[in-house]
Amino acid sequence: MIRAIDSGLKKAALEVQEYVFLTAAAFRGVFTRPIYSHDIVEQFDLIGVGSLTVVLMTGLFTGMALASQSGLTLDQFGARPVVGRLVSASMIKELGPVLAGLMLVGRVGSGIAAELGSMVVTDQINALRALGTDPVRKLVVPRVLAGFFMAPVLTIISDFVGIFGGWVVSRFQLEVASGLYWSSVTKSLYMQDVWMGLIKPFVLGFIIVTIACHVGLRTSGGTQGVGKATTLAVVAGSVAVIAADFFVTQILIFTIYPR
Amino acid sequence: MKATANGLTAKQVLAEVGAPVVVFDRVQLAFDDKVVLRDLSFTLIKGHTKIILGASGSGKSTALKIIVGLLKADAGVVWVNGQRVDQLSEHELMAVRTDLGMIFQEGALFDSLTVRENVGYKLYEETDMPLEEVDRRVEEVLGFIGLAEHIDKMPSELSGGQRRRVAIARAMAFKPSVLLYDEATTGLDPITATTVDDEMIKLRDLENVSSIIVTHQLRDAFYVATHMATRDRDGTVHVVPATPQKERQAEFIMLRDGLIIFEGDADAFRNSKDEYIQEFLA
Repeated sequence: MIRAIDSGLKKAALEVQEYVFLTAAAFRGVFTRPIYSHDIVEQFDLIGVGSLTVVLMTGLFTGMALASQSGLTLDQFGARPVVGRLVSASMIKELGPVLAGLMLVGRVGSGIAAELGSMVVTDQINALRALGTDPVRKLVVPRVLAGFFMAPVLTIISDFVGIFGGWVVSRFQLEVASGLYWSSVTKSLYMQDVWMGLIKPFVLGFIIVTIACHVGLRTSGGTQGVGKATTLAVVAGSVAVIAADFFVTQILIFTIYPR
Repeated sequence: MKATANGLTAKQVLAEVGAPVVVFDRVQLAFDDKVVLRDLSFTLIKGHTKIILGASGSGKSTALKIIVGLLKADAGVVWVNGQRVDQLSEHELMAVRTDLGMIFQEGALFDSLTVRENVGYKLYEETDMPLEEVDRRVEEVLGFIGLAEHIDKMPSELSGGQRRRVAIARAMAFKPSVLLYDEATTGLDPITATTVDDEMIKLRDLENVSSIIVTHQLRDAFYVATHMATRDRDGTVHVVPATPQKERQAEFIMLRDGLIIFEGDADAFRNSKDEYIQEFLA
């Protein structure tokens, strides 16, 4: 029993160490040559543009559901007209970044883990190294950059679409005047909220992609191993998104909000 | 560059006939409790072929991976083209790999790239060679292995034998002086395997590439050892039975549990009295 715990702890420590090494190597790869620019452009397209539909749909329906639910609760206090405040605050500070992050885990994280995992088990990673290419620079750096910069862009789009969805429900189901809705959307927003909504997705995008790359590059055990790596990337990525969201929220509350 | 005892630089030594291009000196490697290489020592001479035979798990592929630096030995010394690779970092190994080509089991072609992009990968990505020149070299190499018409296909559209040959083309495109073949013919039918063997022979004899061939396919091992390539005046290439002198340039190594149990030419290997080798040959 103790031996199993000991072995599990060592394994966990090794995973963390390898993850840190990979992240450090990726960081170095961003600032030193060679830079594979066409791979970076390709990943921005695949991760950014490719995830647009799923993020748009998620944002829209989340905003609509949020407005609908909030309307019911606000009615108890006769505060239906301020539904816009709840929708915008929730979308921008919390739901936009987290849901866009979770969608990226599902779409991008799983894809990266499966792709890199397949490359590992078919010796393509070794072939890259034998051909003189550093797999971290060629495969990890472009994905990390794309995840880091595209997650905020996708989150902003998700926020706007969510608020728009909220307006659709507010206007046609809750019968709140459009002017009232839009003014309450902006009135309740502080600059700190916007910062929180902008900083979070940078962190989440970075975490999602680095975890997926780490899991993918550590794949072993043939095609079955690729399946396991894909599942692990989604599970670990999802938990990491929720956990990181909490910690970033705490840090930002203590740092950027007036006390 | 450092001078040797006789005043020559490593580059000058390597340029001479009979120069050692790969040297393994008492190399050992274990994965946890499993010892893969116990005490492996051998030397590959320039322009020669070393054929490493052995059962699955005997450490054949591991030896190749140590040469390229994909694995690090626990002990021992490994020299490749005058550089001691067992002490180099991943970054420093990149320079050594510019003169080393490796053909992996199943080819390990990049799925998302075309045959052209696979073959020219190193030249496109890792050199400053002009694109037109790279394209010319890719076409030349694919012509050499007889797959010029497949240049724009994806690897998934090729047969197993074609994939292995494209892998050879990819490894030879940047003109390395040493090629390492890891089970290049395993899983192929005899006719297709012979086409791959012919490529190895042509590269060795016409391009003067030193090679280490890891396999457990005896038929292919003996075929490569006992044949040579010649080129007619009109440029036609023939693969013909090797002269005795040429045969001696192909040396067999038999591995068992990470140890060399035989080293010698094809005839000596065939006539070995060792029980294990006899069983292997049967």
